[in-house]
Amino acid sequence: MNIIACVKQVPDTEALIKAKPDGSGIVEEGIKWVMNPYDEFGVEEALKMKEKFGGDVTIITVGPPRVMETIRTALAMGAEKGIHIDDPSLYGADAYATATALAAAIKGIPYDIIFCGQRAIDDDSGQVGAVLAELLGIPQVTIVTKLEVADKAVKVVRPIEGAQLVIQSPMPCVVTAQKGLNEPRYASLPGIMKAKKKPVEVKNAAALGITAESKAKVVKTVPPPARPPGKIIEGDDPALKAATVCKLLREEAKVI
Amino acid sequence: MGKGVWIVAEQREGAFRKVSFELASTARKLADQLGEEVSAVLLGSGVEGIAGQLGKYGVDKVFVADNAAFEPYTTDAHAAAVAKIVKENDPSILLLAASAQGKDLAARLVGKLATGMASDCTDIKIDGGKLVAVRPMYAGKCYGEVVVSGSPQMASLRPNVFPVVESAKAGAVNKFDAGLDAAALKTKVLEVQKETGGTIDVSEANIIVSGGRGMKGPEGYGILEELAGVLKAAVGASRAAVDAGWRPLKDQVGQTGKTVSPNLYIACGISGAIQHLAGMSSSKYIVAINKDPEAPIFQKADYGIVDDLFKVVPEMTKECKKLLAE
Ligand SMILES: Cc1cc2nc3c(=O)[nH]c(=O)nc-3n(C[C@H](O)[C@H](O)[C@H](O)COP(=O)(O)OP(=O)(O)OC[C@H]3O[C@@H](n4cnc5c(N)ncnc54)[C@H](O)[C@@H]3O)c2cc1C
Ligand SMILES: Nc1ncnc2c1ncn2[C@@H]1O[C@H](COP(=O)(O)O)[C@@H](O)[C@H]1O
Repeated sequence: MNIIACVKQVPDTEALIKAKPDGSGIVEEGIKWVMNPYDEFGVEEALKMKEKFGGDVTIITVGPPRVMETIRTALAMGAEKGIHIDDPSLYGADAYATATALAAAIKGIPYDIIFCGQRAIDDDSGQVGAVLAELLGIPQVTIVTKLEVADKAVKVVRPIEGAQLVIQSPMPCVVTAQKGLNEPRYASLPGIMKAKKKPVEVKNAAALGITAESKAKVVKTVPPPARPPGKIIEGDDPALKAATVCKLLREEAKVI
Repeated sequence: MGKGVWIVAEQREGAFRKVSFELASTARKLADQLGEEVSAVLLGSGVEGIAGQLGKYGVDKVFVADNAAFEPYTTDAHAAAVAKIVKENDPSILLLAASAQGKDLAARLVGKLATGMASDCTDIKIDGGKLVAVRPMYAGKCYGEVVVSGSPQMASLRPNVFPVVESAKAGAVNKFDAGLDAAALKTKVLEVQKETGGTIDVSEANIIVSGGRGMKGPEGYGILEELAGVLKAAVGASRAAVDAGWRPLKDQVGQTGKTVSPNLYIACGISGAIQHLAGMSSSKYIVAINKDPEAPIFQKADYGIVDDLFKVVPEMTKECKKLLAE
């Protein structure tokens, strides 16, 4: 089985993110970069599939030189090889441009299934997996919490508001991973040593025969809207404080 | 550049989701500024009868395609149908819901229409004739203003953030042929497993009563369920509570859980870790109950109570019962 996992490098969830004063993006100094948490689920599922059915796992990443570290992390977890698409025209690219690059790289190699995260926690856009599926002309199953493979098809569980859907899709397809799918493994020390020798191809846009053009652009990055300062209900009697807050919710906030 | 503001309305089992009216109302506002019309796409089986309801919220025209293949929702059928009618009409703006279904559909349409989209927006406006969408990024640690140069300019709207405004329009119903190719419908919904017990999903609730590690164990949630029962609220949880196995994953609020925007979020025994705040800081009102006055949740709270939640919450339930009976 030829399995592909697309991973993105993102700021650590604990990272302090500040908009630059001129609104041109975020301050990147001091940020610790990690694998997108949803992509960890994707990589784990890819490895589990390989262990069950045989084959190999290819990691693909679009990003600047620093993302090589994230590819190595995935290789240390157990993937066989990596493709690093590095082109300044793709730094900070939108979903369409990113998926175009991923699709171009994937078209050159055999694949049975492609894993993405359901969303990257930097741009929080949740689009690349579906756009990639469209560009490759294959089906998608998104936000998946359970996956089984049988007869060249996947059967997945996808939670929606108030229900869970069980969906079947023929392979190849794109699966976007949601928390619950599995527990990602940590890279072992021998894994980390081995990862250093695993092959990673680096390609630019020209080598892929694409020109990247982002159609959705962040024109301004701003701090979150300020919330008005809150009120701490003073006093020693819990019952009285409870009554006060309920009254405020009814009369001031008008939400109950 | 095309003309017209379009929405994809969302219905389930023949009833509109509230977010459809939010989409319609927002589209109306944008269309008025542009001097354009609002059109809606409605897909389903036997849904023609409800199409007219959209007129009440400012939709001029509803394009309805009726086909058994639209129920239940699949990406293949819906994306093909919406892409077809959108290409034929070339609107300037296309809005969808950032709901489970809307997210799946919208992203596929970005591919089919080869355009750009601002996902999960919390504000939207017209500036110089162009759509400017405002959206949380980095889990709400900063916001981005997004402009789309492709056509149509696509945006998905976070449910429960945009107001529903009545402004009666024709809501004229036009049927269209989705021209579905059965061979292109590859995915199949084998089963729809509905949540039982009539509980409200956190992503759809107007009020959420949420509990964290401070609940001490699964039994602790009993008092939250009582308060939620009185307020017709959903019960949410922090990841600490979900990871401990006290609550199901579907209730988790936060960066690796659900993003919610209720009118009221009551956080009980939740410290307010950055990853939790990521999922709920766009709530309209936030109440925090925590015995630690230094807990970061108080920085986001509109109203805070520093005390033992096991003493406060049951009193709130009593008080709310009284207030709501008045
Ligand atoms: C990659 C990543 C993703 C994450 N995603 C999420 C996510 O999606 N959602 C999420 O919630 N977290 C997430 N987290 C975890 C997050 O960092 C916190 O660990 C978690 O939110 C803490 O949950 P808590 O507030 O319930 O627990 P704690 O931080 O332990 O807080 C418990 C609080 O309860 C209070 N308390 C205790 N007893 C009482 C009492 N009797 N009365 C009143 N107050 C009391 C305490 O003072 C304390 O403030 C993520 C972490 C990582 C690394
Ligand atoms: N630059 C990238 N390189 C590789 N994969 C990516 C990249 N951007 C997004 N993806 C994949 O697409 C998923 C969704 O990303 P997004 O649409 O940006 O939220 C991620 O979880 C990754 O699996």
